[in-house]
Amino acid sequence: MTAVYEAHHELWDETRGAEIIAEHASQEGATLVVLHALQEAFGYVPEAAIPMVARALNLSRAEVHGVFTFYHDFRHKPAGRHVLKLCRAEACQAAGGEALAARAEARLGVSLGNTTADDRVTLEPIYCLGLCATAPSAMLDGRLVGRLDEKRLDALVAEAQR
Amino acid sequence: MSMRLFVSRDAGAVAVGADEVALALQQAAAVRGVAVEIVRTGSRGLYWLEPLVEVATPHGRIAFGPVSENDVPSLLDALAGNTPHLLRLGATDEIPWLKRQTRLTFARCGVTDPRSLGDYRAHGGYKGLERALSLGSDATLAEVTASGLRGRGGAGFPTGIKWKTVAQAKSDRKFIVCNADEGDSGTFADRMIMEGDPFLVIEGMTTAAITVGATKGYIYIRSEYPHAVEAMNAAITAAKRGGYLGDKIDGSMHSFDLEVRVGAGAYVCGEETSLLESLEGRRGLVRAKPPLPAHRGLFGKPTVINNVLSFAAIPFILAEGAKAYADFGMGRSRGTMPIQLAGNVRHGGLFETAFGVTLGELVDDIGGGTATGRPVRAVQVGGPLGAYFPRGLFDTPFDYEAFAARDGLIGHGGIVVFDDSVDMRRQARFAMEFCAVESCGKCTPCRIGSTRGVETIEKIMRGERVSENLAIVEDLCNTMKFGSLCALGGFTPYPVLSALKHFREDFVPAPTTLQAAE
Repeated sequence: MTAVYEAHHELWDETRGAEIIAEHASQEGATLVVLHALQEAFGYVPEAAIPMVARALNLSRAEVHGVFTFYHDFRHKPAGRHVLKLCRAEACQAAGGEALAARAEARLGVSLGNTTADDRVTLEPIYCLGLCATAPSAMLDGRLVGRLDEKRLDALVAEAQR
Repeated sequence: MSMRLFVSRDAGAVAVGADEVALALQQAAAVRGVAVEIVRTGSRGLYWLEPLVEVATPHGRIAFGPVSENDVPSLLDALAGNTPHLLRLGATDEIPWLKRQTRLTFARCGVTDPRSLGDYRAHGGYKGLERALSLGSDATLAEVTASGLRGRGGAGFPTGIKWKTVAQAKSDRKFIVCNADEGDSGTFADRMIMEGDPFLVIEGMTTAAITVGATKGYIYIRSEYPHAVEAMNAAITAAKRGGYLGDKIDGSMHSFDLEVRVGAGAYVCGEETSLLESLEGRRGLVRAKPPLPAHRGLFGKPTVINNVLSFAAIPFILAEGAKAYADFGMGRSRGTMPIQLAGNVRHGGLFETAFGVTLGELVDDIGGGTATGRPVRAVQVGGPLGAYFPRGLFDTPFDYEAFAARDGLIGHGGIVVFDDSVDMRRQARFAMEFCAVESCGKCTPCRIGSTRGVETIEKIMRGERVSENLAIVEDLCNTMKFGSLCALGGFTPYPVLSALKHFREDFVPAPTTLQAAE
């Protein structure tokens, strides 16, 4: 159960994209559902998909673009091979999360919100994983880690760099 | 007969190794030829003891914790020989931290298998819905109103009145929406109950649906909670199969369908009108009220939108009667509140208790002070929009009105503890920064005020014209408080102003430094 949840994504393909959109388009208020499905398949929402979503949902391109850019989750380009999210909210701050975030930045040589030059690790802030009683916490590719300290953080960073 | 063990599958327990412990128990037992059944429950909410392992005995469950993989062999030895173990905590129900609570909403959380409808029913599940079906709509509304239940998301609006408004509205379609966008730092009660007792949320929503005449419901869960999404989806499937969702619910003439929708990382979507916009597939821009969602909500139709904990309180109220719930609490805050102790706290977790317990009892006595062992300096109550309270206000009882009277709020019941190393200027700056990042942008005080707030607090931190800039921050906070459309801009001043008021010494440098700066 300690498996690494490394995400495997498909390369963007218009036909596949159209299939995914069609699968979800009939739901009421489907925009977020469709964007989530595209990102799950491709690892990001390709620019080319935006007009396709607009056509399928009978919306303007601007409306879909507006939704896409409003939400922090949706990516314009693929993330690195691993995504390490560090919680930056108050409960984790109270438990020393700020110093750990700075340590992760130093170890990886990137600031929060960026991807290492070798495309291996994307380091991101997250505002609360709901693990506030076992703070500070982090998430590596979907796997949750609580009671983070320097040792556990270093192990996580090393795992992400592999 | 095999040995029954219980290990939590709650995200908070998994984050500290519960999966590894469960696997190690399974493997070690197999090697020894001991038959074990491991039930993956929700969490009891005693997070400093997670991973908690419980074993069923004829005299109730015995708890051990916190258990690591390395403890598994010795733990199995102790269980086999019924011998003492260093991590043995005794009977779970006798653990003082648990025994002191009044668990009405969280009664089953950590006890039952959240994937099992049968287990839910065996522990009193669906009794409330059955009573609501026999009472009918009017009597059910009367019960909910008489219970005194107020919206547990933070606003504290009476649930009975909200439901009645929707029940009386005439429309071809009505909706039930569960707000599970629990974005406040220091809160995790929604997550816990969705992961640990998801049928309770479904039962509460179904009760609302049959009472107001709605046929479709949505649970809007934040994307940061993948375990909760999985748990709710599994429970919805099981409830459908069991005849508790879909057509002819529990043999009645009512039908109700339920669907999980996942958010996309926008804090403001926890605001109910922003959430409705998001559910409709749009940017999460806050709507001006009126119209209220009860009149024109999702897709313009009458909508009951309540927090997870509000829906989760409903089954108890109906099963045991409004009085049984309203007998707990103080003043206009009736019943119990699942309080969450978080941050730098020794005994962090979920503590459900009647309203009226003081902040000091919660932090010092129940929470046991800080995890670092240093003195408690500040606690933030109610999430990123809640005020910072100093020790001097620790006599404040946990009650909507009592907190409001001291320029604070209980919000969703989260308490984040900070020790004396905290720099309150940084916390005030963070409150503004968070608002700037998460503002939906619709109203000016929130969108621009928060950015100016960050800049001005940074000037104070650099020692520039400190007293003038403090006055500007206070003025800005008043503009945001009274001019913003929703609670994001309107309540961000709470943490900022409380930091300024109660921790002034952090903002105003010692006289010599002031001279040097000017």
